[in-house]
Amino acid sequence: MQTAKLSKWWAGFYDHDVTWSFLHSPLTMLASLVTLLLVGAAFGAPYLTSYTPFEPGSLSLMDAFLPPAWEAGGSAAHFLGTDGQGRDVLAAIMYGTQISLIVGLFSVLLSVAIGIPLGIIAGYATGSWIDTLIMRVADIQLTIPPILIALMIDGVVRTSMSNELHEEMAIPVLIFSIGIASWPQYARITRSGAMVERRKDYIAAAKLIQTPAWLILLRHIFPNVVGPTLIVATIGVAVAIIIEATLSFLGVGVPPTNPSLGTLIRIGNNFLFSGEWWITFFPAFTLVILVLSVNLIGDWLRDTFNPKLR
Amino acid sequence: MLKLTRKLAVAGFVLGAAAAPFAAPVQAENVLRYTSVSDASTLDPHALNALVTLMIDIQMYDALVMRDPGMVKIPGLAVSWENLDPNTWEFKLREGVTFHNGNPFNADDVIFSIKRAQADTSQMQGYVNTITEIRKIDDYTVQFVTDKPNPILLDQLVNIFMMDAEWAKEHGVEAPQNFKDSQETYAVRHTNGTGAFKLESREPDVKTVLVRNENWWGNEEYKHNIDKVVWTPITNDATRVAALLSGEVDLVTDPPIQDLNRILGSSNLKVEQTAQMRTIFFGFDVKADELRHSSVKGKNPFKDVKVRQAFYHAIDVEAIKRAIMRGMSVPAGMIIEPPINGYKAEWDENRLPFDPEKAKALLAEAGYPEGFSVQLDCPNNRYQNDEAICQAAVSMLAKIGVEVRLNAQPKTQFFPLITGKTTDFFLLGWGVPTMDSGFAFDYLVHSEASWNAAHYGTPELDAKIEAIRGIVDVEERNRIIEEIWTQVQADIPYLPLHHQMIFWAMSKNLNIPIEPNDMPRFYWASFSN
Repeated sequence: MQTAKLSKWWAGFYDHDVTWSFLHSPLTMLASLVTLLLVGAAFGAPYLTSYTPFEPGSLSLMDAFLPPAWEAGGSAAHFLGTDGQGRDVLAAIMYGTQISLIVGLFSVLLSVAIGIPLGIIAGYATGSWIDTLIMRVADIQLTIPPILIALMIDGVVRTSMSNELHEEMAIPVLIFSIGIASWPQYARITRSGAMVERRKDYIAAAKLIQTPAWLILLRHIFPNVVGPTLIVATIGVAVAIIIEATLSFLGVGVPPTNPSLGTLIRIGNNFLFSGEWWITFFPAFTLVILVLSVNLIGDWLRDTFNPKLR
Repeated sequence: MLKLTRKLAVAGFVLGAAAAPFAAPVQAENVLRYTSVSDASTLDPHALNALVTLMIDIQMYDALVMRDPGMVKIPGLAVSWENLDPNTWEFKLREGVTFHNGNPFNADDVIFSIKRAQADTSQMQGYVNTITEIRKIDDYTVQFVTDKPNPILLDQLVNIFMMDAEWAKEHGVEAPQNFKDSQETYAVRHTNGTGAFKLESREPDVKTVLVRNENWWGNEEYKHNIDKVVWTPITNDATRVAALLSGEVDLVTDPPIQDLNRILGSSNLKVEQTAQMRTIFFGFDVKADELRHSSVKGKNPFKDVKVRQAFYHAIDVEAIKRAIMRGMSVPAGMIIEPPINGYKAEWDENRLPFDPEKAKALLAEAGYPEGFSVQLDCPNNRYQNDEAICQAAVSMLAKIGVEVRLNAQPKTQFFPLITGKTTDFFLLGWGVPTMDSGFAFDYLVHSEASWNAAHYGTPELDAKIEAIRGIVDVEERNRIIEEIWTQVQADIPYLPLHHQMIFWAMSKNLNIPIEPNDMPRFYWASFSN
């Protein structure tokens, strides 16, 4: 009985357009695999590596600047080599990817959490002063590049906090700055969806039976407009990871005591001319692969769910 | 027709623009493009006793006494001097010298400048604290009276730049800027000296342009061919090296030591090197009743010499030399360098050995078997690999149970912690421009010294430090200097790390003598074409 149910579910799943599209896109499958591997390596870091690169007590300067294992002088114990303080580069990348992913995901969640409600309200109230207010604020913000807004917020927070507090709060502050900087695009997409939905008959019917506006927004409009926004959000994660890396590269992101991929690239940058290329190359390579994979998945989702392309 | 004319006009404009670069060499202006990691925090010559400020000011201001590149004293704005009696010095001033604004230089400016350097907000007091009276004999003769015979007065005067009394009055800068409170005055961004270069423009942290002073008194004697100096500080190490490699700058006085090989590999570049008069050390606040950032409450672990010794034993200076300094440093057991009077090789070469076990035992003896936490304040753009050294110390101290929180920041934020004496544990570098231990005592060891962020000092030591300011008998004086160092070596208010070496990387057609005080002087530079 149970098996029959399961196999029926499987058949349904297997026959589904999305599954079909996924199985016929080798690039997407590869991207998903890579993403899964990176996420697994990032969050499984404490179990996968015995190094704790950001515990100062575990480092030894004697291990500094070891090249990757396959180069002359390299050691199998440090597969991707070590940096100037004797940190294992592979372990640093795993922990760094974790920070990058956390910042990327949570900042997009924040953008979406601000953008969707504002977008739905604006779309439902098209033409009213609320709509004008929300969308003009969004327009103004869109004229300033997100990275600049994030820089500004970080700068203000930095001066208003003690150094000690700022170091502890660096990641939440970064999530907040990036999240705040990119809500307008989600608000815009949601608004356009809401504008279409609100003219449909079922909304008219709901209004007729005097459903309160907030309930219409929550029950009826929200489920129908959230899809496209979430697809855009996938690509948003990749963008957020890049913004985080840029800020950290500029030295205003996460502190070196708890580095993300961008911070690792910045640290390694100092050794580019002296020949220790692995300190900056591997974090940079990981960043490229991570962002590319997430982007590919986002692209595929967009194409698959775009009715015009079916 | 109209269209054709317009096209021709555009073509003419493009051709003209293209021809411009070929026209430029006719004027043959020698521009020295210089970069270093950080900018001067102020241009006021008496407000801050810091190398970068002195370096840029010495291009524009002159002192009574100068040093040649070999550090030998030579006449500056004073053409000769004489010791009339043990307490009185007479200086004959150079005649016909004018400031950049055209005002003549005379005895009144000397009196004004010395008094300014003695003012409350001056950080140069340590150089002029023995002068009690200045007498004007005539416009070009002055006499200095010191409270006691001062054997190093000339060495001290090398760093006191002469300002124009009228200019200072006109712009309300008769007193030095109060640097500690970040005061902003006219003299912070403007200069008016008698020096070889005039300030053309100044954008702090971005660009400072100096132009040749055609009326400089030294032009005849020191024939340099630099018309213009463009100084653009570049904070990022890799970017600074890239600027040199790509030919965007001609001179870098602080190339990252890990990149020297890459620079030497370039056929257009050369590297000059010499031992520097600068020692890098950690300092402890040995006096506070409670540390500002520490897990220990109600007492100060650094008051106990055993804790300081434990830190000393925990630092593996050879590993720092090998991995961070790439072999380009000399581990130190003293905070002064060989050429300085009072130096003793026996102390310098015998650091407390690296011994984490002993360090742990000492901590336990002092009552901290589990260690404690503390904040380390560290500059990140002042000394060679300063932040990396601090990071390495964090991991070395972690191994004896001391949890160190590293607060690495640019020098503009870092130095106020030192001069304001509000740091528990810090990294500092110190050089001795007067070539005498007295200078180090006056700034780091005397209990009221302006850079003594360690709050170190006892009345007995203070008395000895004050005494040597006036002892002429060399043997007697050196005996007291040795007594003071003996005490300092035993007390370890400062934990010496290493003496720095200087490397200047430059294009091959630039000739500039390298100086042990790390101050390039552009009036000794020349381009060979």
